[in-house]
Amino acid sequence: MSSHGMGVAVARKEDRRFLTGKGRYTDDIVLPGQTYAVFVRSPYAHARLRAIDTTAAAASPGVLAVLTGKDVADDGLGGIPTGWQIHNKDGSPMAEPPHPALAQGKVRHVGDPVVMVVADSKVHAREAAALVEIDYEPLPAVAHLPVAAAPGAPQVWDEAPGNVCFDWHVGDKAATDAAFAQAARVVSIDLANNRIAPNAIEPRAANGHFDATGDQFTLYTTSQNPHLTRLLLGAFSLKVPEHRLRVVAPDVGGGFGSKIFHYAEELLVLWASRRVGHPVKWTSDRSEAFLSDAHGRDHVSHAELALDAEDKFLALRVNTLANLGAYLSTFAPAVPTYLHAILLSGPYVIPAIYVEVKGMFTHTVAVDAVRGAGRPEATYLLERLVDKAAREGGTDPIGIRRKNFIQPHQFPYQTPVALCYDTGDYEPTLDMALAAIDYPNLAARKAEAKSRGKLRGFGISTYIEACGIAPSAVVGSLGARAGLYEAATVRVHPTGSVTVFTGTHSHGQGHETTFAQLINDRLGVAIDNVDIVHGDTDRIPFGMGTYGSRSAAVGGSAIVKALDKIIDKGKKIAAHLLEADVSDIEFSDGKFRVVGTDREKGFGDIAFAAYVPHNYPIETVEPGLEEGAFYDPKNFTFPAGTHCVEVEIDPETGVVQVVDVAIADDVGVIINPMIVDGQAHGGLAQGIGQALLEECLYDENGQLLAGNYMNYCMPRAEDFPRFKVGNHVTACTHNPLGIKGVGEVGAIGVPPAVINAVLDALAPLGVTHIDMPATPEKVWRAIQAAQGGAA
Amino acid sequence: MATITVEVNGQKRVAEIDPRTLLVDFLREHLQLTGTHVGCDTSQCGACTVHVDGKSVKSCTMLAVEADGAAVTTIEGLAKGGELHPMQAAFHACHGLQCGFCTPGMVMSAVDLVHQNPNPTEAEVRHGLEGNLCRCTGYQNIVQAVLQGAETMRGGAR
Repeated sequence: MSSHGMGVAVARKEDRRFLTGKGRYTDDIVLPGQTYAVFVRSPYAHARLRAIDTTAAAASPGVLAVLTGKDVADDGLGGIPTGWQIHNKDGSPMAEPPHPALAQGKVRHVGDPVVMVVADSKVHAREAAALVEIDYEPLPAVAHLPVAAAPGAPQVWDEAPGNVCFDWHVGDKAATDAAFAQAARVVSIDLANNRIAPNAIEPRAANGHFDATGDQFTLYTTSQNPHLTRLLLGAFSLKVPEHRLRVVAPDVGGGFGSKIFHYAEELLVLWASRRVGHPVKWTSDRSEAFLSDAHGRDHVSHAELALDAEDKFLALRVNTLANLGAYLSTFAPAVPTYLHAILLSGPYVIPAIYVEVKGMFTHTVAVDAVRGAGRPEATYLLERLVDKAAREGGTDPIGIRRKNFIQPHQFPYQTPVALCYDTGDYEPTLDMALAAIDYPNLAARKAEAKSRGKLRGFGISTYIEACGIAPSAVVGSLGARAGLYEAATVRVHPTGSVTVFTGTHSHGQGHETTFAQLINDRLGVAIDNVDIVHGDTDRIPFGMGTYGSRSAAVGGSAIVKALDKIIDKGKKIAAHLLEADVSDIEFSDGKFRVVGTDREKGFGDIAFAAYVPHNYPIETVEPGLEEGAFYDPKNFTFPAGTHCVEVEIDPETGVVQVVDVAIADDVGVIINPMIVDGQAHGGLAQGIGQALLEECLYDENGQLLAGNYMNYCMPRAEDFPRFKVGNHVTACTHNPLGIKGVGEVGAIGVPPAVINAVLDALAPLGVTHIDMPATPEKVWRAIQAAQGGAA
Repeated sequence: MATITVEVNGQKRVAEIDPRTLLVDFLREHLQLTGTHVGCDTSQCGACTVHVDGKSVKSCTMLAVEADGAAVTTIEGLAKGGELHPMQAAFHACHGLQCGFCTPGMVMSAVDLVHQNPNPTEAEVRHGLEGNLCRCTGYQNIVQAVLQGAETMRGGAR
């Protein structure tokens, strides 16, 4: 193994620019003639726009344009599209109301953009925005589930009666009902999955530039997938062909899903630039981000699990209401359906499953994918339910999981809800996590905590997720309007250094290092002689970006395909130079060699020959050494594992402290263990944040109560113990690297482990249920209620 | 307009500014020192942390005119002669950064933390970073980096 190849904890190549303040983020870019945009956003959740007076704003110093929904309509801009179409139970398509870039006629959530002000400075734009006068007629609003589904609830859209976007199901209802009829016992649960805000620390920004001389648009934007943004701009919103549209996502300060989507501001800065003749930049502030970035989760579910007398699972029935917000964001319809419902078999054999999901419109910000996206909701539901089954049955929460695990010999395993798991081995991760948290001595720790007046609890979650998104034909049949392959080009330079152009995008994941390690492993080229280029549609042939833990599994596989072509071509050149048959040439350790001899040529020699083809098989082999590839995965990948958490609760105050976290994941083959552990740490922090701290809380009128960092509780360093992270590898069977993906495991696996730990701690007091986030107030009230107090 | 004289990363800068200008906007927009970032609007996230006369300050919370006559160090001024400061080196060695956006503020806070407490415990580091938010790392490797950076700084490497 090379010191910088696969499996090595190589320190990151990209660190230096970030550590010295030389990162180049979207807001850092100032173009010649730069102007600035500020949006006037609705303060009401639902209102009719009676009049907009922009006279004073337009006359304010430095103002170039004050634009409204009427201007958007007059210029024929398209709406913001959604990328998935879900079909109802009866086969009809979902309701798909329009999403104008600036509000027309009505506003439908607090933060809905109404007016765009463009001025020569940020200060002038802000001053002018304050002068815009909008006459609103407030209308009744609905923000919450299940209220939005109740008869007589305020309606978000005329074309979506009852606020239903779609009424969808998956699984076999008859088989599930029949299995329930045979059950020895049935366990049921009602729970909510709290709405959270993604909160990448870099706020969204977009800088649009229209170059009239070349009729070219350039957009710098905080995006996880610039090609997808270009596709949606080109085909739907801006309606400009791709060859006249360049989208650059430079350094991006975290995404967590929120920067996948095509947002109105991206369209509007390009459009405004064409109108004012200057580049137009908009940078969100944090309060604006809470009102305009897509949120995540927000489900209400009822679930029932049927068990036989031996505690084997017989069937699962789930009914979920999913809040989609006021407008359909890019992936929104897919999240509660194809990323949630079809994960509900978990790591278990459950012979029959039936899931119904209603996607609901409300007067809130759009809800879309946030780290995990649907899979955290599925895992939370299933792992709370399994724990409840153990507790109600008086059995061991670990034993009941072991008993129902899919066994290694059962792979490939076809679930009753569409997915076919290719491989897995669940008991080793369970055993590893239990050993790391010292489960056998739990009772002693509980007793010791009790002596200090604390309630200690243990919680577990055994999860599975589907990532490596995604086989295009499969997702196409499920309603996706795009393919989900990945693309790569490998350019070998004449002196043997390498540039890789990848359609994935790194916004913290470390691709500039891990993909260089992959090149080092395959070609033997030193990682310092490899550059990874991402985030620019003019430099990279194509790509679908980074989300769903797909970059290494799908993007890495595309690079491998291109590398295979490079090596094949190199063998032909080497065969010529070594006067051997191509079938006798092997490539290893950076050398092309005639099998069984010491006759060899280095990789650099072959690269040089390809570009200086003096002695070259020119009749049959083209000069140059550059290859591109597209890779479309054959299946999803299925990371899985066990997360264990211990908490201590102060019963006087309700404060929950996470005191120990031990996880063991199977994320497939690992390129860089340091980066993989770092991804797990970050996911755990978000998952624990959701379980204990975070909630995007709206009041009943649709006002966001947690709209900045004063009142949305972001996790801090002190909220966590040192995480114990372990891995047990089973290789993915259907991609060339054996990689499954790691980006989301923490956010998916840990929330139910935290809440199960809280409930274990509170069990002696008679508390049997709590919803996330388990804040001190909520825990204290649950204790008081269970004790017959006044809460 | 107001005239201010500020020493930034060892260099004297004189500027005419709107007196409403925040220190962070002065650094980013007037001096093009874009390493100092803005992640929130309520002085919670700490991405904008710089040193003013040697002490860490959230530069979104201070007017540039308040820095008149002061010495300001930003992340761009931390490495000397191309050699990373021990805290920067520790963040690299410990994988204490992912997307890099909180990193400048985190490093500047960490340096000040160690100046005030040269031999901090892990718990003291976690408490000492309460003014800085990171969404990527779960803080684990940041805490490790600060401990390692403190050790190097104690060793008189700088």
